[in-house]
Amino acid sequence: MASRSPVISRPLIEGRKSYGQVTRDVCRPLETRPTRAWYIAFTVSCAVLVLGVAAVSYQTAVGIGTWGLNRTVGWAFDITNFVFWIGIGHAGTLISAILFLFRQRWRTSVNRSAEAMTIFAVMCAGIFPIIHMGRPWLAFWVLPYPNTRGPLWVNFRSALLWDVFAISTYFLISLGFWLLGLVPDLATMRDRAKTRVRKALLSIASLGWNGSHRTWRHYEIVYLLLAGLATPLVLSVHTIVSFDFATSVVPGWHTTILPPYFVAGAIFSGMSMVLTLMIIARRVMRFEEYITLRHIDAMGKLVLATGSMVAFAYGTEFFIAWYSGNEYEQFAFLNRAAGPMGWAYWIMVACNVVVPQVLWFPRVRRCVPAVFAISIAVNIGMWFERFVIIVTSLHRDFLPSSWASYAPTSIEIATLAGSFGLFFTCFLLFCRFLPMIAMAEVKGVLEARSPADGGER
Amino acid sequence: MSVQSVRHWTGIFEREESILRAARESRRRGFEIVDVYTPYAVHGMDDAMGLRRSWLPWVCLLCGLAGGLGMYWLGTWTLAVDWPMNIGGKPFHSLPAIVPIIFEMVVLCGGYGVIIALLLHCRLLPGRRARLVHPRVTDDRFAIVVRAVDASQDPSAAYRLFEELGAVEIDTGYAEART
Repeated sequence: MASRSPVISRPLIEGRKSYGQVTRDVCRPLETRPTRAWYIAFTVSCAVLVLGVAAVSYQTAVGIGTWGLNRTVGWAFDITNFVFWIGIGHAGTLISAILFLFRQRWRTSVNRSAEAMTIFAVMCAGIFPIIHMGRPWLAFWVLPYPNTRGPLWVNFRSALLWDVFAISTYFLISLGFWLLGLVPDLATMRDRAKTRVRKALLSIASLGWNGSHRTWRHYEIVYLLLAGLATPLVLSVHTIVSFDFATSVVPGWHTTILPPYFVAGAIFSGMSMVLTLMIIARRVMRFEEYITLRHIDAMGKLVLATGSMVAFAYGTEFFIAWYSGNEYEQFAFLNRAAGPMGWAYWIMVACNVVVPQVLWFPRVRRCVPAVFAISIAVNIGMWFERFVIIVTSLHRDFLPSSWASYAPTSIEIATLAGSFGLFFTCFLLFCRFLPMIAMAEVKGVLEARSPADGGER
Repeated sequence: MSVQSVRHWTGIFEREESILRAARESRRRGFEIVDVYTPYAVHGMDDAMGLRRSWLPWVCLLCGLAGGLGMYWLGTWTLAVDWPMNIGGKPFHSLPAIVPIIFEMVVLCGGYGVIIALLLHCRLLPGRRARLVHPRVTDDRFAIVVRAVDASQDPSAAYRLFEELGAVEIDTGYAEART
């Protein structure tokens, strides 16, 4: 039974909601016409998406020579965007799986949208390595399947191949987890549907769910198992992404701190993106009683904790560079902070280390505009972190004669913008057509009933 | 046992506490619980209904093991047997190199294995028509369907029990809600 902790006596959902009220509140935006704000947002994000599609089509037709890469800097914008988007996804799994295992019951109002964010972010991430292949129509060559080229197998020893497996598994497991969680809520929508078409579509999607406890019993176990599987999975995904760099010999990449540092950074950036989206959504969709100041406060604490881990990692990297006595390593870090791309490093430090420290103050964590501003700063800072790690490590390596610089072309910037267009288009469609709050889970943590009602809690 | 004496009773409740008590009391008074229908997973209901632990974790374990072993075989066979390649002088058969992908396949096969097992076992299939015991059972109502198991039992005892616990509706017809 969902017993109330003596320490946390405030209700998770405000406004003393009844079960029926939760259903009505969550379904309201789905059963009415979209607002003008939604149309404007959707038009803008679609336009940006079209820009991205045009840019991707152009670079696919012409080749990735349209990028600003050169012989020294062979990885830059695309891999930065890839790592950025994968990192964004991690917060969704943290909320849906890790906080579930830790019995953090406040997660129920944000987990559905955070998981949706994970799926869309991984989709955005997946685009970049596929474009970078140069011949994206041969992307299936990364899978081990019997072929007529030998058969020539993929190299299972390569960190890049591990990435293929990690990202695909992560996407599929997140998708399965999310869709399974949607089934009871789709059944609720089905039983409220007024039109025949809507009812028919929801009947197919809700798989004949009828609320039977004999089903709920298995369902809850599967939910727990998926949470248990997704927890090490999410840690493995960014660990493997960091192996792309850590298993190489480039100074600045070749460090053992990269896996934990990447995982902390991923959750840091993802939590900020959750905050950015939730602060807008709770206002626009009028979910202030579900996504309360307490949720923002809790997520603010997570941003602070992971941000401080990231800050500690930045410091450790410099210390180890000095302590190693390796002059290439020392140069790589001096160049990072004081070289020609030092500006990017200091943007990163300002956004990721300095700004989140104000979250120590409870008053700041409960001030919605301040948290929103911090979340935007962290999003920018974490994008620059990946840019700094990738580009500043590469552009001046061992041999000064091969040093070069890097600047993105308009095509690369349009592709990045397009990925944001894809992300927001998907997210806006999700807000319109699927329940943004997991009704069946929120009802389980409602505390609308008092002991005077004859209840046990 | 005559056919006449087998009677189904459906009680509709508004509260989680009431449905839990209804389940416990029905079982104590010798009724068989056909099923309980709730808008969310009511914790403590497994005990109240006397259900055993779900066996699905075993499916997850077996599928995960199969996925991991399968990947170990594929990785080893391709790298060491079918087309051995000398990569930096590393041994052909090296387990550490394929540990990450073995782990990913354990998660993928375990996760999807258990999802598919759940859908098949609970017959949650696309297009399947939901048989609802009450139209609001996915919204804000809790329903219990009980059955008197032998003739000696007074079937109206279920009616009185549900009434006592504050049922908002009591029905004698058996809504064919069992999936």
